[in-house]
Amino acid sequence: MNAKRYGKIAYDGLITNNATFKLVLGTCATLGMSTSAVNSFGMGISVTVVLLLSNVLISLLRKVIPNTVRIPAFIVIIATMVTLLRMVLEKYIPDLYDAMGVFLPLIVVNCVILGRAEAFASKNPVLDSAVDGVASGLGLTFALTLIGVIREFLGSGSFFGMQITDFKIGFFTNSAGAFFVYGICIALFVLITDRVEQARRAKRARELRRPAKDAPLPSVEAEREVN
Amino acid sequence: MAATILLIVISAVFSQNFILVKFLGICPFLGVSKKVNSALSMGIAVTLVMVLATLVTWPLYTYIMVPLGIEYLEIIFFIFVIAALVQMLEKIIEKLSPALYRSMGIYLPLITTNCAILGVAELLLVADLAGVVPGLEAGIAMNLGFALLYALCAGIGFTLAMVLMGGVREKLEKLPVAKCMKGFPVTMVAASFMAMAFYVFSLL
Repeated sequence: MNAKRYGKIAYDGLITNNATFKLVLGTCATLGMSTSAVNSFGMGISVTVVLLLSNVLISLLRKVIPNTVRIPAFIVIIATMVTLLRMVLEKYIPDLYDAMGVFLPLIVVNCVILGRAEAFASKNPVLDSAVDGVASGLGLTFALTLIGVIREFLGSGSFFGMQITDFKIGFFTNSAGAFFVYGICIALFVLITDRVEQARRAKRARELRRPAKDAPLPSVEAEREVN
Repeated sequence: MAATILLIVISAVFSQNFILVKFLGICPFLGVSKKVNSALSMGIAVTLVMVLATLVTWPLYTYIMVPLGIEYLEIIFFIFVIAALVQMLEKIIEKLSPALYRSMGIYLPLITTNCAILGVAELLLVADLAGVVPGLEAGIAMNLGFALLYALCAGIGFTLAMVLMGGVREKLEKLPVAKCMKGFPVTMVAASFMAMAFYVFSLL
């Protein structure tokens, strides 16, 4: 029972509500950090850590924080987490710290984190929120890394820093390529999820009709408002 | 001096454009650029908040936080300053001009979590002006005047990109587009072509 519920939360975070491809949130970091696969993976993991910590903390405090000041309270919690992350990265992974530059403090205003805090962690128990944080974070990491791999391969012919071929298409390493690859990736994601959904619906129509068991999770629109 | 100012202006507006080159403030760029009018209002609101935020955060960091040795709290301080500033501005505009509030004020709450504002505040914390304006010879110390000029020009560049995108999207809505490319993907591809045009400025 529980495993199924966590599975549903994780599936929603990873696929149905994928922050990067489906909700198109946190775009600045996605576009800015995806020049290489290593950088985008590092950014994704950093966001995941902040998302997990802030979701857990906000979920713990959800009965204490008054409703009227919840957004400032969330932002302070997130800003504290990012400050901690920044100190840790500066000390232990200085390469990533340098590569992230201004995008590291900007994790604070990453819409994904505030969006999950508002739409999920402020209403759900701690464990659920933790699962949701990790799932959303990994969904974002996957998407970011995918864009990073494509841009790095086409732009400099390497894969996670290993040189594979000689060709270079400069377009993909500069900003125009970022927008282009991101746009095409969203289109492909929409296309694939639509096809899968259609196939599933056709299969279900053939079977006997059963009432839906799971209530839908918080709506996508509510999260986009936060933006 | 004049050459320095000119270089700051060109760099902030075109070659280091906040949206199309630096990827800061993409959320409003995608969210509020469906119409030229709303894009323009949003751009002006962002420019205003950018300049005001810089006016507060830069002295706060340089004259208070650095002497006290609490630089590591900059993220928390800055986000607070920006949030308070936006709230205040919203109330002032509401009182002074209800017409202006209706056209611009609705965008103000969205600005608190805008990467471009926090981004400009963070970027301007360099000691040397060459740190934010590539192509400038090193050795010109950053000061409040340069910081404000850079923030203003970055805001103008932001507005320019928003308005251009608004124009493109007004036309784009009328075109037949494949179903999976509708909405964000086709906007991104359009933004990609605009970014190519802006990329040329950095080659000069």
